[in-house]
Parts: sequence; structure tokens; C-alpha cells
Amino acid sequence: MITAERKPLEEIINCVKPFERILLVGCNECVTVCAAGGRKEVGIVSSALQMAFLKQGKNLQIKEHTLERQCDPEYVEELSTMITGVDAVVSMACGCGVQEVARRFKTVPVFPAVNTKFMGASERQGIWAERCQGCGDCLLGVTGGICPIARCSKQLLNGPCGGSGSGKCEISPDVDCAWHLIWERLKALGLQDRYEQIIPAKDWRTGRGGGPRKIIREDLAE
Amino acid sequence: MKTESVLEKVIKSGRLAVTSECGPPRGAVAQKVIEKAEMLRGYVDAVNVTDNQTAMVRMSSFAAGILLKQIGLHPVLQMVTRDRNRLAMQADIIGAYTHGINNMLCLSGDHPQFGDHPTAANVHDIDSIQFVQMVRKMRDEGKFQGGADIQNPPKMFVGAAANPFADPYELRVARLAKKVAAGADFVQTQCIYNLEKFEQWMHSVCERGLHEKCAILPGITPLKSAAMARYMKNKVPGMDVPQQVVDRMAGVAKEKQAAEGIKICVEAIHRLKECKGIAGFHIMAIEWEQKVPQIVEAAGLYPRPQVD
Repeated sequence: MITAERKPLEEIINCVKPFERILLVGCNECVTVCAAGGRKEVGIVSSALQMAFLKQGKNLQIKEHTLERQCDPEYVEELSTMITGVDAVVSMACGCGVQEVARRFKTVPVFPAVNTKFMGASERQGIWAERCQGCGDCLLGVTGGICPIARCSKQLLNGPCGGSGSGKCEISPDVDCAWHLIWERLKALGLQDRYEQIIPAKDWRTGRGGGPRKIIREDLAE
Repeated sequence: MKTESVLEKVIKSGRLAVTSECGPPRGAVAQKVIEKAEMLRGYVDAVNVTDNQTAMVRMSSFAAGILLKQIGLHPVLQMVTRDRNRLAMQADIIGAYTHGINNMLCLSGDHPQFGDHPTAANVHDIDSIQFVQMVRKMRDEGKFQGGADIQNPPKMFVGAAANPFADPYELRVARLAKKVAAGADFVQTQCIYNLEKFEQWMHSVCERGLHEKCAILPGITPLKSAAMARYMKNKVPGMDVPQQVVDRMAGVAKEKQAAEGIKICVEAIHRLKECKGIAGFHIMAIEWEQKVPQIVEAAGLYPRPQVD
């Protein structure tokens, strides 16, 4: 999923300061799962903003709404009835949701209330970790199901580097060495021989190197 | 011979090669490069010029390498994949070769987090093994990484780094094998203090015959003080400093620690000269270049062979 973290409240307050009426929009997908921008967090931010402005003697009007999926125009359309009379939208979705709202409502400013972080998985309750950088040409089949692009600090396709110690990356004892994990996994699969095959320089055109990407499915596109 | 490199000639002659290091200054001060390099003249076969080492901005290894070349020394152009993509790297390789630089060391580089620009983006378009492949292809096939022909291809003697002590230990020889398969002509290792562990590693290297395809130059760094020994032991990633080395440094009076450090390093060279598969030594006297002649002489590696 796409992970996100709520921005500091101060930053959100500064964004909405010039406005009287805002629409605070959550998303029921990834940001709900990572507890950053779902219905619950929309409620919390709404109360916090109201309290903060009340202290300054200002009554900020906040409409709250959480969409099923903020990156989907079909659902974003729901906002069209709510947006009338609103000075600004504060989106608690990932960057995809924020942009979809901005694309649909051209004359209303939209501010992000979360920082979109990465594509990751939940390691345990309350902890999410990066797993994929969307390079567009998946290597997991040759690296034992562990991605060195997303998980090696130096993005080495033929690691580990000389800084790996006790299974940890040199940048932090909290970061696993991806190549240590890959090696352990190759051993567990009986695929040690694969380690010495050199993975060639990557074609980054399938990733960000090729510019903004788009998927066109002729069979589905209207 | 694959190249015109003096370092290659010394290695191919069967004599033990000696390389050292010159870290460029943090400013446009050519004189500092020349002063450091002059201390090494006559005592080493080639001088590594580091590339933004420890992720701190310095005069480029390319520019400092040209300064060395101009005074008749033989630079080893270090280059890291952290700061450049494959276009910039190949452009600099051609540029360096145009100025007569014919040795390279292909590295991934320290993470920016350790340096003075922690906010910088990492490039890592290619990794160090793919980098070795690229430089070898430029030389042997006369082709750019992208496949097009190169006019007057740069003939670089291609080096790589190896750390015999990093984890997982069982991969350390295998990773060297990958670098050799990629085309590394020589390897300079991480600083060696744990001689036994290094000898074990070399034994496995020789068992696989890697020393016959690639010249192995163990890295030797003299310790200046007990504090430096402790720092290297505890703070430098991938460094293996046995407690007995720290104790030995701490066991002498402070003003005698530098001399003890030199003694330890000369003893290490003498011992490793007997280690099968060694092709020479890479003496990295960090901000202590003036000690290199003394070490080279005491280690019985002077005078250097004349191969030109």
C-alpha cells in the first residue's frame, strides 16, 4: 500500500489560516490502513483545527468527508455537491488523491494534510516499511523476493557493500541490510549459486527515468 | 598489457606493487594536492585520488588527478556511483584518459548521511560491479555502456574495492568473484588490522584462483593513536580492529603511539608479504602522507621498480 504520515498540525494550520470554510477530505484506502488519513484521522484533525482557531477567536467552518477512494474520479465526483461555498480543500489522502481533487475542482485551492511516504508493508502493529519503488520491471524473482532497489540504501543490484555488519545497514542499526536478507533467503531456497550471476545495469526507462508513466490497457480503455 | 598503466606493468612484472592515497582538499588549492603527492614521489607506483570521500565535497578526483599527472605521478582515479549517472561517469572517464590517466577505482561510495551534504540525493544509476563492467567494456570492446562505438576508447586499468570483513562473511569471496568476473584487474581492500581473518579470506580467494585473474592489494593504514584505533574499531562501518591492536596502541605512552602505529603497520606488511596471492600493498596514510616513505622503506618495498 501507499503509506503516509500526517503533517505537523502547525503546517496544516498555516495553510488554512486565510480561509473561513474548508472541506477536509479523507480516503478510505491506504491512508486509512496506515492510520494517517481515514475517517478517524479526519475527525481528529478537524477537532484540532477548530480548537486551535477558537483559541485565536476564529470560527473555522469545517465540512468533513471521507471518500471511498480519493484517487478515483468516480468517487471524487461526490465532492461536487459539498464543495460549494468552500474556500479550500484539505486532503488527507496520498499525493494521488490530492491531485485528483485538484484536477477535478480547478478553482478551489487544495492542501495536503499528510506527507506521502512510500509503497510499503506493515511489519507489525504501528510500523510500516518501504518495500517497492515501482521501478516498472520487477526483479523480485531473481533476488529471492526482497527488493534491493527499495531496500538497499545504495540501491546495489549486486550487493552487499562493505558496510554491512551483523545483518544491518551501515546507515542505521534500525535498517536491515537488504543483501543480507537476500542471501539468507537464497540459502533457504537452495539457490546460493544464483548469487554470483551479475545483475546487469538497469534500464530505468520503465521507472522514473522514462518520465511520468502511464498504463494504457486497450482492452479496458474507453 | 591491457593498458599503458605503470601500475599494471609493475604488477605484471611480478614485483609487489605499492599504491597510496591523496585526498583532495576542500577548496581550489592546487598546491595542497601537489604538496601531498610530492611526499609520495618515488615511493609508490600509483596514487589513488579519492572522490568526495566520506561524502564530503572536495576538489574532484578528476581535477586533482590531472594535477598529479602534470607533475609526473600516476593517479588512480577513484569514482563513486553515488554522485554521477552513467553518462557523467563515462564522460569523466574519457576526459581523464584524455589527460593520460589510465587507472581507475570503481566504488559505490559512502552514503551521503555520513558527509556534509546529508540532504543530497543519491544517484546509484549503476552499482560498483556494473561500473567495473562498464569501464572494461569501454576498454576491451570500445563501446559505451549504451552500445555505441567510442572514438579512441579509454584504456583504463580497472580497480575495485573489497572488504574481507563485512557481513555476511560467507559472501565476501563470492562478491570478489563477481567483481573479477565483471572485469576488475586489481582490488584494493579495506584497511587490514585483523591479519588472521584476512589470511583466511586470501586462502579462499586463492582456492578459487581469483588472485591469478586479479591483483589483490591489501589496504594498510597506520594508526596515529589509541584514540584512532578505538574510533576505527567502534565507529567505521565494516572495519575489523582486533582488541589486541587497540590494547597495544593504548599500552604505550601517548607521544610514542604514532611510532607504535607505524611499527604495527610495517609488521603487517612483512607478514602479509608471505601471504599467498598478494600482489602488493595499498598504503592509506590518512592525512599522514609524509609517513609513507618511511613505511615503504621499513617494509622492504623500496626502491620501486622502474618499468617505464
